[in-house]
Amino acid sequence: MKNFLGKRAFASGLSLVGLVVLVFFLSRLTGDPTDLYLPLDASLEAREQFRELNGFNDPLLVQFGNYVWDLLHLDFGQSIREARPAIDVVLEGFSWTLSLAIVTMTIVTIAAVVIGSLAAFRVGGIFDRIATFFSLIGASAPDFWIAIVAIVIFAVNLGWLPTSGTGTIWHWILPVAVLFVRPFGLILQVVRGSMITALSSPYVKTAKAKGVRPRPIIFVHALRNGLLPVITVIGDQAAAILNGAVVVETIFGFPGIGKLMIDSILQRDFTVVLAAIMISALAIFIMNLLIDLAYAALDPRIRY
Amino acid sequence: MADHLLEVQNLSVEFHTAQGTVKAVQDVSWHLDRGETLAILGESGSGKSVSASAVMNLIDMPPGRISQGRILLDGRDLLKMTDEERRRINGKRIAMVFQDPLAHLNPVYTVGWQIAEIMCVHGTAREKARAHALALLERVGMPEPEAALDKYPHQFSGGQRQRLMIAMAVAMKPDILIADEPTTALDVTVQAEVLSLMQELQRETGMGILLITHDLGVVAEIADRVVVMNGGRIVETGDAAEVYRNPQHPYTKKLIGAAPGKGQMPEEMDRDGEPLLSVQMLRKNYGAFQALKGVSFNIMQGETVAVVGESGSGKSTLARAILRLEEPDGGKALYRGRDLVSMDLKELFSLRRDIQMVFQDPTQSLNPRMTVFQLISEAWVIHPQILPKPHWRARVAELLTKVGLHPEMAQRYPHQFSGGQRQRIAIARALAMEPSLIICDEAVSALDVSIQAQVIELLDGLRREFGLSYLFIAHDLPVVRDFADRVIVMKAGQIVEEGAVRQVFEAPREDYTRALLAASLDPDPEVQAARREARRKMETAAA
Repeated sequence: MKNFLGKRAFASGLSLVGLVVLVFFLSRLTGDPTDLYLPLDASLEAREQFRELNGFNDPLLVQFGNYVWDLLHLDFGQSIREARPAIDVVLEGFSWTLSLAIVTMTIVTIAAVVIGSLAAFRVGGIFDRIATFFSLIGASAPDFWIAIVAIVIFAVNLGWLPTSGTGTIWHWILPVAVLFVRPFGLILQVVRGSMITALSSPYVKTAKAKGVRPRPIIFVHALRNGLLPVITVIGDQAAAILNGAVVVETIFGFPGIGKLMIDSILQRDFTVVLAAIMISALAIFIMNLLIDLAYAALDPRIRY
Repeated sequence: MADHLLEVQNLSVEFHTAQGTVKAVQDVSWHLDRGETLAILGESGSGKSVSASAVMNLIDMPPGRISQGRILLDGRDLLKMTDEERRRINGKRIAMVFQDPLAHLNPVYTVGWQIAEIMCVHGTAREKARAHALALLERVGMPEPEAALDKYPHQFSGGQRQRLMIAMAVAMKPDILIADEPTTALDVTVQAEVLSLMQELQRETGMGILLITHDLGVVAEIADRVVVMNGGRIVETGDAAEVYRNPQHPYTKKLIGAAPGKGQMPEEMDRDGEPLLSVQMLRKNYGAFQALKGVSFNIMQGETVAVVGESGSGKSTLARAILRLEEPDGGKALYRGRDLVSMDLKELFSLRRDIQMVFQDPTQSLNPRMTVFQLISEAWVIHPQILPKPHWRARVAELLTKVGLHPEMAQRYPHQFSGGQRQRIAIARALAMEPSLIICDEAVSALDVSIQAQVIELLDGLRREFGLSYLFIAHDLPVVRDFADRVIVMKAGQIVEEGAVRQVFEAPREDYTRALLAASLDPDPEVQAARREARRKMETAAA
């Protein structure tokens, strides 16, 4: 177990290094941020001073070396746009996105698992058909379209829900609902398929022969086996939201990490972009670890 | 008052498939009383398990449909009861033990939990159920029962798992125990233990046992009465010993005739001269585990050498090490004087066509997306010097005829054949290389008895025709007795006894060989009764 964690940490550390190199140099390809930050009529001296202050005049490799050195001291640099530590800006956005991901994925998982399991219990039945129909639509609908339609109906026409911000619980309903649709459709399909296999397995036959009631057969005997492939997909979908639900966050003005990254890229706030990518990568690493641990917790045959 | 404990009357079950309606069983009637053992005997596809599934309400409907009949438990028709009523009977009054306990136990729950569950669903409190589960594990002879409660199914051996299944099934002291091929795929000594455990439990509780099997030996060992099924119908029924001695129906006669272990054993052959294959101190380790601890033997030209042993004895590893499908860790395997173990890959490649292998499961060893023609002619794609392309079609037809298949079948795919036919295709594929030695790894173990006999006959004919030699790996002693010239008995990676087949079967020198022979089941109930007696004596002598 310890060995496993060590190996995973080492491998993830390597990919983080690669990521830093890649993103640092890629971001410098987009041009000099000075022009964007200073007013058009700023003097040459002012521009030069700005460059000097932010180290843009140094050779690229020196800039990179400085950056890595600071990183090693857990200093992600200053956000140019907000004039405060980049890491603070990023963590603020990340905490919003994390809440959004947790709320959405919890609802998605419960709904998809329950509905998918019930659909698998009577394959081809009316419940199964309805569930499959809606899940396929959900899995294939583009989220920007759903978002716009949802705004038109619930915010503009009916006036029930606010369209942007995070002030009250009402503000959360539309973003969560829109983010819910696609993972729900996908995960429901996986749950259904996996549960069909689990429910036709020999051990379920044994349970029937023992006189176990239908509900425990589904949710005790089959589900714990059927969940294994589902966990991977849940992780995948959660990662997609964590990485920044860029479209949805932008449409609903949600101050998450996705929106932050887009804004920072557009404004060449490199320190923030780099910090955001790093935090996202770290989050993905932790989540993959959690998935592995969940596997081991669900299936005693898996030991690291 | 009902006449019988359980009575199936005129049961017909059909399955609706894309290819049309399949009548799984037709007009099947049998009954079971308290304290007796009824065996339903049949080959694959005979419908022998279907009526038991109907009793347990395990038939999926649709696609299944019970088109007629009644199933009376103490005179009440199960088929007229609600699902809830039948659920309460399942596990409590009628319990079931399945083949392949690893698949039939839930992999993600502890065995203690699973055994306790059958009691909990029928109204026992959790703590009481757990205490009783412990007592049950002790009863079925599980080592360290306390620790076993918290283990998972994959942490047990095959025989132990079947004991767990039995412990679970008898937890509620059912009136009826249905056992569906309970000892198939178990080693002979383990099989004997499991069967005698079932009989002991029957004596204690007086339950009726319904045993579903393809194995005449199992019938001879424990059944009072037998129902013989073929093609979904009962062809014969009666007292087990009576049916064996005096079968009425031609199918029963054929089945009994096909049972291995009655043929003439060959005389010991002259073993002078250079052996075809000489294995010397062959070793193979998996980490710290020694699978082969220095194995030596010879195979002469035209000789069939059988390797017998229980699972884990290293017999399959031996086959794979000789062919270098697994790299051996030491020793030699001299084929016509050239060492297979030390030769380079190029030389090995050219020699491999001389030594072919036939595997246990033809479903898995034949590529499902290749036609029979492609499967057989692939040999010549790899070794073009054997046969120029224009002759391929004629040669495939010839080989198919040789193994008893129709030449027109060359364009079909493996899934269009039965298990026995598939094994014939695998043999034809091996023959395409024109080998001198064929290694059969449990090549007939998965086949029905009558098919098994045909395949053995085919192999024997090919030996005579081409002077082939066989290394025949098997766990089934009667088959070996009929087919082999020489027997090697393996245990824990070592040869414990080697000799001509007559010597090993009639005058075994080692205790282990004697134990194997005593545990192996004979289809004759009288022989089996005598063996049971002999085994009991050996056990008391040991104790």
